[in-house]
Amino acid sequence: MYVLKYHKATSIADAVAVLGDAEDGKVIAGGQTLVPTMKQHLAAPSDLIDIRALAELQGVCIKGDALVVGAATRHADVALHTDVQTHIPALARLAGGIGDPAVRAMGTIGGSLANNDPSACYPAAALALNATIITDRREVDADAFFAGMFATDLDEDEIITSVRFPIPEKAAYAKFPNPASRYAMVGVFVAVLDGDVRVAVTGAGEDGVFRHKGLEAALAARFTSDAVDGVDVSEEELMSDLHGSAAYRAQLIKVMAKRAVIAAG
Amino acid sequence: MSRVKLTVNGQTVSREVPDNTLLSQFLREDLRLTGTHVGCDTSQCGACLVHVDGRAIKACTTLAVSLDGADVTTIEGVANGDDLHPMQTAFNTYHGLQCGFCTPGMVMAGIDIVTRYQAMGQPLTEAAIREELEGNLCRCTGYHNIVKAIADAAQTMSGAAKAAQ
Repeated sequence: MYVLKYHKATSIADAVAVLGDAEDGKVIAGGQTLVPTMKQHLAAPSDLIDIRALAELQGVCIKGDALVVGAATRHADVALHTDVQTHIPALARLAGGIGDPAVRAMGTIGGSLANNDPSACYPAAALALNATIITDRREVDADAFFAGMFATDLDEDEIITSVRFPIPEKAAYAKFPNPASRYAMVGVFVAVLDGDVRVAVTGAGEDGVFRHKGLEAALAARFTSDAVDGVDVSEEELMSDLHGSAAYRAQLIKVMAKRAVIAAG
Repeated sequence: MSRVKLTVNGQTVSREVPDNTLLSQFLREDLRLTGTHVGCDTSQCGACLVHVDGRAIKACTTLAVSLDGADVTTIEGVANGDDLHPMQTAFNTYHGLQCGFCTPGMVMAGIDIVTRYQAMGQPLTEAAIREELEGNLCRCTGYHNIVKAIADAAQTMSGAAKAAQ
């Protein structure tokens, strides 16, 4: 890892100020992606601003008909939280399936969304559940947040503070994990909110997480697993790599969509 | 360079280290606690597992300076003087190791798994143990005896906890 200067942020405002002063600063929370990336010299920030312990970023609670998760909440804590298990169990199960236990002990939802890894699980949840990403300066709908592989609508010094998930009528996530990394080869999150069906796919798209309109239309007409059979899932713009071809991913999308529909009930 | 002060195996330590020092480097090179192993350095193998503030985390994926004030337990700290921890005894009884390189991480993971499942009040099945060990790689044993050791220690550890009540 290259030389860096570490700062422990005392507040969000302090974090933004230090980011502004830094030559090439980055925010760090769980570090489960950033530290390995820095060890491989794929990232070399001059300054790291640690926001993991900030009070403003902690906590899970119900606000009206929505579940609000603090950005620094760790995956292990989301998985075990009674509010999440009660109101959006699909989200608890998703969090409990990220990486491995040690990764879940440190990794955070804010980090996952800000990084927007094309094979990460949380972006699919945010997109399917029509979540709102709340930052230190505004609120962004999930539909407008994800801007391509590893890219989001966030400004350079903008910090996610929490994520607001409307509570769905039903929802489920089905992931086909890469056997080694446990990232999603394909992950499909299906949600029914106010009668509307949303289907988000991760692990498959060249541009990262996306909604599949064909699956949404078919499931809106009939919310059963065999409704998926008639849907054409195109190979176009799907990733092809050593883990699987675009054709294989297209097939997996349908299989995972069916499993998610069955699990959603 | 930053000064970091933390508790390691019950002892307060205070050192000035470069900000890019990993916890694994800090433990091994600054504190000469070489029981924490560096297996892959790509955050996959779990040989570097330590307990920080009650959670099992990868020491190779954490910056030492980010742990100011933390309470750290390494493999060197799980025994009670000359008395082995029930998890260590179980690994011995069930031959849960061959070369021993993954073993510190396996023992730390095992203790963490049993403790968490006891806290949740959930039974620790063989399937659950295998799933919870996803982040720990062993090239020698094929895992079977590691799983047996952890399952056995879960009994001994719960017995001790109940006896203490």
